[in-house]
Amino acid sequence: MTLRAPPPLIGTAGVEVVADRRKVLLGGGLVLGFAFAAVKAHARSTDQRVNNAGAQPVSNKDVADVAGAGFVGFKPDAFIRISPQNQVTLIIPNVEMGQGIYTGECMLIAEELEVGLDQVAVVPAPPDEALYKQPLLQFQGTGGSTSIRGAWEPLRKAGAAARVMLIQAAAQGWGVNPAECHAERAQVLHLASGRFATYGQLVNAASRIPKPQQVALKDPSQFKLIGKPAPRIDTPAKVNGTAMYGIDIMVPGMKFAVVANCPVLGGTLAGVDDSAAKAIPGVLQTVRLPNAVAVIGEHFWAAKQGLDACRISWNPGANAKLGSPALWADMARVAQAGPGAVAVQQGDVAGAYKGAKKQVEAVYRQPFLCHAPMEPQAAVVHVTGGGAEIWAGTQVPSRAQAFAAKVLGVAPEKVIIHNQLIGGGFGRKLETDYIEQACAIAKQCPYPVKMVWTREEDMQHDNYRPMYLDRISAGLDADGRPVSWSHRVAGASVTARYAPPGMKPNGVDPDAVEDAAEPVYGVFPNMLVDFVQWHPPAGVVVSWWRGVGPTHNIFVVESFVDELAHAVGKDPVAYRRDLLRNVPRARAVLDRAAQAAGWGSPLPARTGRGVIVQKCFGSYIAAVVEAAVSDEGDVTLRKITTAVDCGLTVNPTLVRQQLEGGILFGLTAALWQGITLKDGRVEQSNFNDYRMLRINETPPIDVIHMSTANPPGGIGETGTTAAAPALTNAIFAATGVRIRELPIDRALLKKGAKPQGAAVLAPLGVAAAAALAQGLAAKAAEGEP
Amino acid sequence: MRRVLSVILSLAVIGVIVAAAIAYWPAGPARAVAAPARTPELIARGQYIATAADCVACHTTEGGQLYAGGRAFKLPFGTIYSPNITPDRETGIGGWTDAAFLRAVKQGVDDDGQELYPALPYTSYHRMSDGDVLALKAYLDTLPAAHAPNHPNALSFPFNQRPLVRFWKILFMPRSGFAPDASKPADWNRGAYLVTALGHCGECHTPRNLMYGLKTGQALSGETVQGWSAWNITSDPHHGIGGWGAGDIAAYLKSGYAPGRGAANGPMKEAIDYSLSKLTPDDLTAIAVYLKSTPASDRGPAADANPPSLSASTLTGPASGDTGDAYGRRVFEGACASCHAWNGQGQQTPMAALHGLPSVADPKGINVIQTVLRGSSVTAPEGHAFMPSFRADYSDAEIAAAANYVVEHFGGASGRATPKDVAKARAQ
Amino acid sequence: MVAIVLNVNGQMRQAEVPPDMPLLWVLRDVLGLTGTKYGCGIAQCGACTVHVDGRPVRSCVLPVSAVGNAAVTTVEAVGQTPAGAKTQKAWLELEVVQCGYCQSGQVMSAAALLARTPSPTDADIDIAMAGNICRCGTYPRIREAIKRAAKS
Repeated sequence: MTLRAPPPLIGTAGVEVVADRRKVLLGGGLVLGFAFAAVKAHARSTDQRVNNAGAQPVSNKDVADVAGAGFVGFKPDAFIRISPQNQVTLIIPNVEMGQGIYTGECMLIAEELEVGLDQVAVVPAPPDEALYKQPLLQFQGTGGSTSIRGAWEPLRKAGAAARVMLIQAAAQGWGVNPAECHAERAQVLHLASGRFATYGQLVNAASRIPKPQQVALKDPSQFKLIGKPAPRIDTPAKVNGTAMYGIDIMVPGMKFAVVANCPVLGGTLAGVDDSAAKAIPGVLQTVRLPNAVAVIGEHFWAAKQGLDACRISWNPGANAKLGSPALWADMARVAQAGPGAVAVQQGDVAGAYKGAKKQVEAVYRQPFLCHAPMEPQAAVVHVTGGGAEIWAGTQVPSRAQAFAAKVLGVAPEKVIIHNQLIGGGFGRKLETDYIEQACAIAKQCPYPVKMVWTREEDMQHDNYRPMYLDRISAGLDADGRPVSWSHRVAGASVTARYAPPGMKPNGVDPDAVEDAAEPVYGVFPNMLVDFVQWHPPAGVVVSWWRGVGPTHNIFVVESFVDELAHAVGKDPVAYRRDLLRNVPRARAVLDRAAQAAGWGSPLPARTGRGVIVQKCFGSYIAAVVEAAVSDEGDVTLRKITTAVDCGLTVNPTLVRQQLEGGILFGLTAALWQGITLKDGRVEQSNFNDYRMLRINETPPIDVIHMSTANPPGGIGETGTTAAAPALTNAIFAATGVRIRELPIDRALLKKGAKPQGAAVLAPLGVAAAAALAQGLAAKAAEGEP
Repeated sequence: MRRVLSVILSLAVIGVIVAAAIAYWPAGPARAVAAPARTPELIARGQYIATAADCVACHTTEGGQLYAGGRAFKLPFGTIYSPNITPDRETGIGGWTDAAFLRAVKQGVDDDGQELYPALPYTSYHRMSDGDVLALKAYLDTLPAAHAPNHPNALSFPFNQRPLVRFWKILFMPRSGFAPDASKPADWNRGAYLVTALGHCGECHTPRNLMYGLKTGQALSGETVQGWSAWNITSDPHHGIGGWGAGDIAAYLKSGYAPGRGAANGPMKEAIDYSLSKLTPDDLTAIAVYLKSTPASDRGPAADANPPSLSASTLTGPASGDTGDAYGRRVFEGACASCHAWNGQGQQTPMAALHGLPSVADPKGINVIQTVLRGSSVTAPEGHAFMPSFRADYSDAEIAAAANYVVEHFGGASGRATPKDVAKARAQ
Repeated sequence: MVAIVLNVNGQMRQAEVPPDMPLLWVLRDVLGLTGTKYGCGIAQCGACTVHVDGRPVRSCVLPVSAVGNAAVTTVEAVGQTPAGAKTQKAWLELEVVQCGYCQSGQVMSAAALLARTPSPTDADIDIAMAGNICRCGTYPRIREAIKRAAKS
């Protein structure tokens, strides 16, 4: 499927341009002044062109023609294809899962290539590490809010180089100086002579021009597309049913597989009696896998009915009695015992703590979380002689290719991945388990198979966001500022599992301490942050979840900073302003959000505002959540205000969307979500018991976009990281109850409820933590493991 | 004065002696009975009796061996556990004589002469014919023996004193067995026997007094048992099932669903699954015939309310200016309306219809709350319908508010469910 | 298996399916109309919403045999109705969509709302849309887009 931009539409809102005269050159200097200016989005005419066509057959030919070897035309690099018919096709290195990257990266290329968004078609990149490696992740993948940050220069340079070649080709043909020519809307013009040529007319000549090594990029003041709220190119297909996700793929002769994985995590299949299943019309066969059963049918329903009719017995294995309380107890034991791998250590933490005017300690707990994208896991696999074709949405095409090849026992290049639109990623599709399982099933089938997981399988066999246990303490001086800061993070390491080379040699998982080791406030004097890796039982798999490490750490740090403010009787905004006296970008968003949220204005009883400020993924965000708590302890969201400075912005619409969606994603989790285990099984199953925020529970969201001339920051996960602490800080303001464990336990918020005091949440003495850490550091110095 | 005192004292002593005698006098020996021949016909009849009397429901734990006992019954004064009634000699009833079995089922006295608690519904089984009881024994003796020692009861004092049951029996044990009414047709008599003896319907549907005795004068007019409301099933057309056709009743007892009558859930669904659904069509009709003849009682919610809030609604929305509990409506419109529809007809299937059900006209919303907490599933000739449980992520306050909204909107009654009620229902 | 004739998007379509098969899977797997999405299978998310005689229903729990002669409209054809066209246009204008997976259902619920309530209030929007879950958090834009569509 190719996607085309809809015609330009009315922009959604203004952007506040912040002219920081000292810009990035001065780094964290004092802000001399702001100038706010609303850039009026252009109101442009629009037509009603909405594609009313019915469902369209899948054509991977489009992708093969433009991205594969068969393409004929101008092919200057991995991203740009221009056909003799003047069809400009852009190959987008990152995958579209709702974040709008097809549009954003398209804009980067189109800006320099001098084509209109309405003139290009977009296709996803095939697996190819050499061509499409993400510069920040160092593998071909989409995640960690890295796309725009990584693509910002390379894609613009690709567009600029191609434009230079096309102009040169035209100039040569006309015998004029290339400097007298310019490009505009996919054509080269020589105004002096009135000559012009479309890019399509130039493809042969341009193909003979050597690619320039150095190209000049436009000054931001020259941008035609970047910074404007261009309409998303994927929207029309998504409102008329023609957009194809992995789950929608239909290939000729395809059958449908529905799977039951062993309900006990880590367990295996003992046996299956499928005699009743086989009697169901439309059921074709049963596939036995080491830990699962799949029934294949003429359609999902037949397969599902067949699966339900199977009598399956399982070997539950070692996790047969596993439950969440035992996991927490084990993690607490490990966290207490240490030793921690030191992420940051400076000064005399214990001494400064002892000598501090005031000491504050707290323990925070966060649960396993499931991704639960709206599109349940699905993949179509057609195993052919010596290889396979796979149609699926994946955030990691080349990893999927490699892992699928391993399952199929073939060389990776024999596996063709047709990447599809993703119906919600949130990290889930950084995993390839569903593709691997589809391959294992299809291997046993003489036809192409579409494997579709039920929602229940999706929820009960996810790879989960780790549980975390954080012990944190601070000593405050007479002004209430931290003079000692100790933070022990305990949890399973996603990095160690997913990308072991990413681990620090001393055992620190950089993801697990991200934004704990370098809080937005800067490194505190006398600071220790360490990490204790807890190993979940085999079969319980942890993974990336929207906001990755910062989602967990911003909750801890911003809750704790709030605790510190209250401990010294200061206003949470004023307290943060003081701590941010040397971080002007953070202070600017904080001030702006507080002002827009009406910080300090009176509120009804049991209603409060909570604030956070963060620097994650290269962007600065402040958020204020206003919430009311009923006498029974139920929480109602009243208003959300955020101010964001993500530097130079490619498409402000996308920034707003991501902030809005990200914060609601995080609030949903904070309010209700936690995956728990009982007898080795996940207790949650579907949206009835893993609750989702609904439209009638969603308050208005005000996103204040402050555009600065800093390099672009990531945005896709920033709302999510901001959400939980802003809400729990608001709950504290409303009720005086500090929520230190997610999801929020409403029993604690009942009017007159006893204050929490679970023994398991007793803080570890800071001195003990410091001693343990120093012990480890000493051992490391001695060269011991 | 002293004389008066001594008289009082003497009377007291006599009273204590009499009471002690009642309580501790050994039970008389079980009445000897002639054992019928254990023919396949007898065993088959016994199996049907076991089904109609729904023995398996109480004498089996979830996932446990059938009839091996152990199921817990939480009562206001403690928990009691059903015993093993498989023919295991050591832990079951393998060593019992027919006479002992007959005495246990009909009199509530076990093999050792100990009093049985009336959780065993011998107040109903008292009406069973000896032949049926002995057929039942013949069937139970064919079951695989399960070595499953009985779980000791956990009852508080004085309820843990079994002899006290004798006083209870004096007050509440029926004096006579089942006597057919010659003036009524055979199916009515069969129905009466099924309802009052085998099916022991009154054990749930007849109100109880403070001493747990059945208020026989208000038979079948509704009671709350194990956190669920067993509705009025007398012939009253509004409060009972008088408005149901005999076919409705039979269909409901067969599958747990009858069009316009809602889906069974909770203990009633269990009774249907284990017992009623397996009865012959003639027996189900007989039950219907009998129930429709019972004296009408107007206790409990009227089930055929059609409040303006409902008649003004469409499938897709309430009347504009809906005045129902706003908090409850918020829950309902998100999690419930997609299936139940606003006009009470059910959105995708009439099996989800709420219109006219006693549950939604009950101001306490007892069964509404239970269903929200536990979900529901029913398979009938009309199709299959299910509702998931919402207990995990919806708070007591939200569920109470939703129940109140449902009661107001669909039942036209004023909802009075509280978060505390929901908390209690959760603990059931 | 029975032969069922369905009136889908103005065309008579035939399918050889079990009568209790939910309409969702008939549309997706048999008729190839994949615009209607599977999200939960228990009528909790609304991704599978289609119109049956103009009424929004959750096709994941609607047995195909219950459709009868009623006209089924899916997201692929809802743009041919005035309310559907208005809805889609507003969805584009306000950039509602992110991942888009739930949006078929959102558009269908909104179009049904606008067809029967041309000027919906916030409460009307809550009633009509609260059964549709979106994981990307497009709710504020959905609300605004419905209001925009109502004005157009």
